[in-house]
Amino acid sequence: MTALTDLGVRAIRDGVRTGAFSAREVADAFIVAVSRAKPLNAFLVETPDHALAAAAAADTARANGELLKPLAGVPIGMKDLFCTAGVPTTAASHMLEGFTPTYESTVSAQLWGAGAGMLGKLNMDQFAMGSSNETSYFGNVVSPWKRSDGGNAPLAPGGSSGGSSAAVAARLCPGATGTDTGGSIRQPAAFTGISGIKPTYGRCSRWGVVAFASSLDQAGPMARDVTDCAIMLEGMAGFDAKDATSLRLDVPRWEAGLNPSMAGKRVGVPREYRVDGMPEEIEALWQRGCDWLRDAGAEVVEVSLPHTRYALPAYYIIAPAEASSNLARYDGVRYGLRDLPDGAGLQDMYAATRADGFGPEVKRRIMIGTYVLSAGFYDAYYTQAQKVRTLIARDFEHAWESCDVLLTPTAPSAAFALGEKSADPLAMYLNDVFTVPSSLAGLPAMSVPGGLDKAGLPLGLQVIGKPLDEQGVLNACLALEQRAGFFARPEAWW
Amino acid sequence: MTDFRIQGATGEWEVVIGLEVHAQVTSNAKLFSGASTTFGAEPNTQVSLVDAAMPGMLPVPNAECIRQAVRTGMAIGATINRWSRFDRKNYFYADLPQGYQISQLYHPLVGEGALEIENGDATKRIGVERIHVEQDAGKLMHDQHPTRSYVDLNRSGVALMEIVSRPDMRSPAEAGAYLRKLRAILRYVGSCDGNMEEGSMRADVNVSVRKPGDELGTRTETKNVNSVRFVMAAIEHEARRQVELIEDGGAVVQETRLFDPDRGVTRSMRSKEDAQDYRYFPDPDLLPLELDDAFLDECRASLPELPDAKRARYEALGVTRYNAEVLTAEVETARWFDALLDAGAKPAPASNWVAGELFGALNRLGVGIETSPVTPARAAELLALIADGTLSGSLAKQVFEVMLETGDAPAAIVDARGLRQTSDTGAIETEIAKVLAANEGKVAEYRSGKDKLFGFFVGQTMKAMAGKANPGVVNELLKKALG
Amino acid sequence: MSVDTNTVERIARLARIALRDGEAERLAPELGNILGWIEQLGEVDTRGVEAMTAVMPNTLRLRDDVVTDGGIREQLMANAPQAEHGFFTVPKVIE
Ligand SMILES: [Mg+2]
Ligand SMILES: [Zn+2]
Repeated sequence: MTALTDLGVRAIRDGVRTGAFSAREVADAFIVAVSRAKPLNAFLVETPDHALAAAAAADTARANGELLKPLAGVPIGMKDLFCTAGVPTTAASHMLEGFTPTYESTVSAQLWGAGAGMLGKLNMDQFAMGSSNETSYFGNVVSPWKRSDGGNAPLAPGGSSGGSSAAVAARLCPGATGTDTGGSIRQPAAFTGISGIKPTYGRCSRWGVVAFASSLDQAGPMARDVTDCAIMLEGMAGFDAKDATSLRLDVPRWEAGLNPSMAGKRVGVPREYRVDGMPEEIEALWQRGCDWLRDAGAEVVEVSLPHTRYALPAYYIIAPAEASSNLARYDGVRYGLRDLPDGAGLQDMYAATRADGFGPEVKRRIMIGTYVLSAGFYDAYYTQAQKVRTLIARDFEHAWESCDVLLTPTAPSAAFALGEKSADPLAMYLNDVFTVPSSLAGLPAMSVPGGLDKAGLPLGLQVIGKPLDEQGVLNACLALEQRAGFFARPEAWW
Repeated sequence: MTDFRIQGATGEWEVVIGLEVHAQVTSNAKLFSGASTTFGAEPNTQVSLVDAAMPGMLPVPNAECIRQAVRTGMAIGATINRWSRFDRKNYFYADLPQGYQISQLYHPLVGEGALEIENGDATKRIGVERIHVEQDAGKLMHDQHPTRSYVDLNRSGVALMEIVSRPDMRSPAEAGAYLRKLRAILRYVGSCDGNMEEGSMRADVNVSVRKPGDELGTRTETKNVNSVRFVMAAIEHEARRQVELIEDGGAVVQETRLFDPDRGVTRSMRSKEDAQDYRYFPDPDLLPLELDDAFLDECRASLPELPDAKRARYEALGVTRYNAEVLTAEVETARWFDALLDAGAKPAPASNWVAGELFGALNRLGVGIETSPVTPARAAELLALIADGTLSGSLAKQVFEVMLETGDAPAAIVDARGLRQTSDTGAIETEIAKVLAANEGKVAEYRSGKDKLFGFFVGQTMKAMAGKANPGVVNELLKKALG
Repeated sequence: MSVDTNTVERIARLARIALRDGEAERLAPELGNILGWIEQLGEVDTRGVEAMTAVMPNTLRLRDDVVTDGGIREQLMANAPQAEHGFFTVPKVIE
């Protein structure tokens, strides 16, 4: 029999329902796995009691013959960006070290309400700013993957949801929450050979999620396969009156709607995503992805998204601008770090606290955001970026006239070594070149593993869908998943 | 209206005044959170996680605050923008937990409007540039601890309307009239209680001076002045200060100032600091605010009759302009007077009685009209007794005094105390005969042409009738008797 | 695009981030590099294009005017670095 920790969300849910194993056994197995995986540094806080309590509730309900909740018996990891009542929440920053919310984010509350339990809080890039998980105040997350070509350098698990990607890939939890502002679910999923979906902006409530860039932030699941993501997303999504940008829509039954046939569907391949210096292996994988979808019945058409190259610079105006304001609340007055030098006044206290509490990347983005919003620059930068954003969204609308979904690579490279890009912020930003455009347009997008590169590292394919068409995205990804036959997993070295 | 001028060494100066009034919107809950807005609660007890800007908290706007601002805009004939948007004004201060104030800069809810002020016999139109909705800040207390300031967030997030006038005022008196008129309108509409002591209304006062006919001068902004009197004093002082400064060869600096009510002067707040750079941008937590016809129709339909319209109506009913203005200045008075009219009182005599008898009595008692011991219905009964001749003016005064004390119905008082006026000619003729008999000398004087003595005979007769005789009947019978 | 240290210092002051010695000098070229890259947006012809206001078509919902919150002082202050007598406290502000 396979180890319980090898099972995914659906297998665990179904096994607990049928009594193949108890929720307690599942929780115990994952709790042990988590406790043994310290070298990965994926968890900031372990919460075995939470997972055990949820397991006990599931087992009791089953013993009483009750109908089990949708995620009963499934223990998951929670990105540390979600506020969890009574459990420290830091956004991986020194600024919030020791902060324990008295409230529960809507998404996490919904998951607990659906019967899931929490194994712990997952490490991440500080305030979700980063693409490699090297900006966490609490140390890098190390990818469970190793290169097969002899290079033994610790690899980046992607970011900002790097704790989530590493934990799922390493079988420390069957699924985890992530958040995606410019690719923070999809890129780490691609780097670690797992699946992750960012739903349409407004599907998942942002209430109780530490904000990075409000107009872009979306929560989504990261799990081992498409079905598991569909199940988790059903648990996470839904209208929330406490979030003014939440969409008042019923949650579709995505799992029930899964269908890998692409018959009658058209798949767009945006020619502008063929960027200079993209490794041949990625180009080849992209071609294979097209073949797989053709094999599933789709017609593949070339489309044009002419403003693609401006997406990244627009993003690096809009996201830092919003962040510079969203992060103004971290001032050492009501919670979190306070740094009060001798004789300091209020404004000195702010400056000292924020200098000490924010890491270099967070400060960098706050500075950029402050600059682009400052007097005399606002129109040239921010207004222009929001206009370009309109053009980018329009590009997608035009594309939908000739296709149902878009297929692209998720990232321009496989996982790189920790430290390899951290000296050059721009090089790091370019990692999100394929994920950012759909974020700017608020579209659902998902990464699924497509294969391994020469060094034995996973590569991801991204499917982008029309607004609210998560089902179309999941289905295309399912078609890819079935044909990719991706069963590679990292060797446990930790 | 005579022009207000400051006499300087180099000649006359004109003062140009604009006011930004912050008015607290009357609502149960805050603009973006469900915490209460009640005044005077224990510190930090009316604060939600949103108001304290805890991580991950999000704003959701309160419909009533939007509605009240729209109604206010409609009341001053302003353009209502069906599409508006909230912006963030970014700055760091201990009373501002989010590090930004949610306000409206680029697309306010209410656009151009105006209101009319009275100054003597003339009316003057003062433009209102915009009304936008924004959050109030919390409160800092500096006198509780030697080295610390205390932060109370109860007010943090309470809805304010910022009502920005055009620089159309030219004297402290006009500014005072504008504020009083604005306050009256807000209170009629019910969008702000206008309570300046509790900080429900405060004004930022923009003042500049120029030689008449010149371009606008550089203005200063005196922040948060919280009474009409202080606003007028601040303008007076600030205008004189600017004139002196310029005449001494200096220049006015565009800056923020504070008014010190104890000394009646303004002083600079932050002169050396960097120019403020608020980095306004649209709040990404909020979508644009779009108002539909149904919403606007309801706002319009729910507007009460406003002071100017009410005054015109009263005047058309025969009320004097002066009385009409007095009766409409405060919404409670107008409401009381409307109830009096509804109870059947004749407008002109009723207005005189309210402005004279009632106001005098309330003043003496030190109570507001809303707590008047005499209700509009009872007052209408009293006025009816005067109108039908049951009571003379002096009898009515007596009855009213009793009403103030007991709250009894005037008819009952008249019966119980026998205060009914009589038109019984027989009884009056009897008394007239007695009066004439007792004053034969005066009768002779009168008959020889000393007309003025007629009043004497009226007085004597009324006295003999214990004040209850109908004065008209007395006059008529006396004329007959005196020949 | 070049960003000078004065600009870095002004931005840091606006953002209330204290700079250590030499930090402005280090940050100036770094921010200049990023801002220079961002400036390519200026190439895009956006005449007649509306700036995006809502990424998904959605209208702002309004709440009813009901008191549903507050009375949670203990919760609010549970994480406060410094609080007394029901107030958050900060170094004395001289106005
Ligand atoms: Mg102002
Ligand atoms: Zn204001």
